[in-house]
Amino acid sequence: MRGDERRSFRNAAVLVVGLLVLWQLMYWVVGDVAMRSPWQTIRYTVGFVQTDLFWTHFDSTLRAFGTALAIAVILGLLIGFALGLHRLSAEAMEPMLVALYSIPKVTLYPIILLAFGLGMSAKVAFGAIHGIIPVALFTLNAVRSTKPILVKTGRVLKLSPPMMVRWILFPSAVPETFTGLRVGFSLTLIGTVLGEMFAAQFGLGYLLMNAIGLYNVDVIMSVTFLLVVFAAGVNAILLAVDRRLHFRA
Amino acid sequence: MRLYQFGVIAGLVLLLEGLCLTGVIDKITMQPPHRILIDFFRLMTAGTLYPEIGKSLANVLLAFALAYVVGLVAGTALHGYRTLRETLDPLFATYYAIPVFAFYPLFIVIFGLGDGPQVLIGFLLGVVAVIVTTLNGLDRVPRVLRKTARIARLGPLETALKVTLPFCSPYLITAAKLALAYAFIGVIGSEFIMARSGMGYEISYAFLNFDNATMYPLILLILLLSIVLNGMLTHWEKVLLARRGLQ
Repeated sequence: MRGDERRSFRNAAVLVVGLLVLWQLMYWVVGDVAMRSPWQTIRYTVGFVQTDLFWTHFDSTLRAFGTALAIAVILGLLIGFALGLHRLSAEAMEPMLVALYSIPKVTLYPIILLAFGLGMSAKVAFGAIHGIIPVALFTLNAVRSTKPILVKTGRVLKLSPPMMVRWILFPSAVPETFTGLRVGFSLTLIGTVLGEMFAAQFGLGYLLMNAIGLYNVDVIMSVTFLLVVFAAGVNAILLAVDRRLHFRA
Repeated sequence: MRLYQFGVIAGLVLLLEGLCLTGVIDKITMQPPHRILIDFFRLMTAGTLYPEIGKSLANVLLAFALAYVVGLVAGTALHGYRTLRETLDPLFATYYAIPVFAFYPLFIVIFGLGDGPQVLIGFLLGVVAVIVTTLNGLDRVPRVLRKTARIARLGPLETALKVTLPFCSPYLITAAKLALAYAFIGVIGSEFIMARSGMGYEISYAFLNFDNATMYPLILLILLLSIVLNGMLTHWEKVLLARRGLQ
């Protein structure tokens, strides 16, 4: 395991350097009109994150994202467990969830805006619908693929349904469910930012779209950079936990 | 099971119809489903939006084709290089956590507001899924097939075209499915955020003008298109998997 970890760390380091080199090369090709170099971007970002402007928008995005994630996780787990426990429902609903997963949910945003009005709740709802489906799908499959012998053991011990969930189904579903949470985290973030980009008065997505209008390349580069670093960083941590859970199982 | 699925959908539509007719959902928010269907047929027979629909679909097709071909070639090439593949692994694992749409403003500034950035977003969303799925499929090729290819003195290109890629054809369809879904999301999504034409643009334009008679049918059209295409590919995938005794 240790050697494995060292190797994956080295791979990640090589990759980051490679991407930075690629970025620098692109900058030389495109030029100052539309891009900034990695060094310029990082320098600007350091100054930018100390401004009030950034914090107002960052705070708005973070609150919307946090609420959306909480809703997505709770509803996703509930749907996943409910369907996973009932064989017919699981088999009938899974293809429908998969189909929902693949539709361009962006097109549903106007409906959400009409229903919730422009503001925080629309962003939260849009982020949440991105996250619910993967959490539900992974949970459903995790519950359904519990080893039959474990379920039989539970039956032999005459466990009641809640005890069954608590002591058998839930522990055995943890690794798969965590993968669902990881994917749900990413998609909720994407949904929230996407919602802000289309219609919002606050948030990092709004800041990005506003910067196009003002032709502020520094802000575009800096916000994009921050979003990518945040998403990739959190995902890397979750991925490490995920691997460990799967390894243990 | 089909009955169950049909029941769920019919129930949801009826629920919406009921909520709309009783006024729980007001007219400005959503029209009753039967009204959307009428508007849908009116819009389709009028044909005024056909140029916009055609343009979006052409871009979706272009993004899909680019992502699929580039992904397939890159995936096949990458399968031979162990070290490079291991180095890229963290990228593949993190890629879909990154909000690719956040790059849209940057692309607009670089390429200008046109078809380019939209196709590029659709391509970027799809290409990595194709690479990963291709690699995944190639990993499953039995060693005996590779040996047979070597005995028949096939070169690397011929081995790929005649032995390994045909073997993992179910995976190649999974890859096509993903690339198509992402092409739709990328192109329609970016049209939606900022564009001068296309289906996504028309939806956002109709939204801003409270023109529900145009907005809902267009949303329905996009959903139907993506669900039908996805369903067809899923069916084909199942047929191929069954033929290989895999499912």
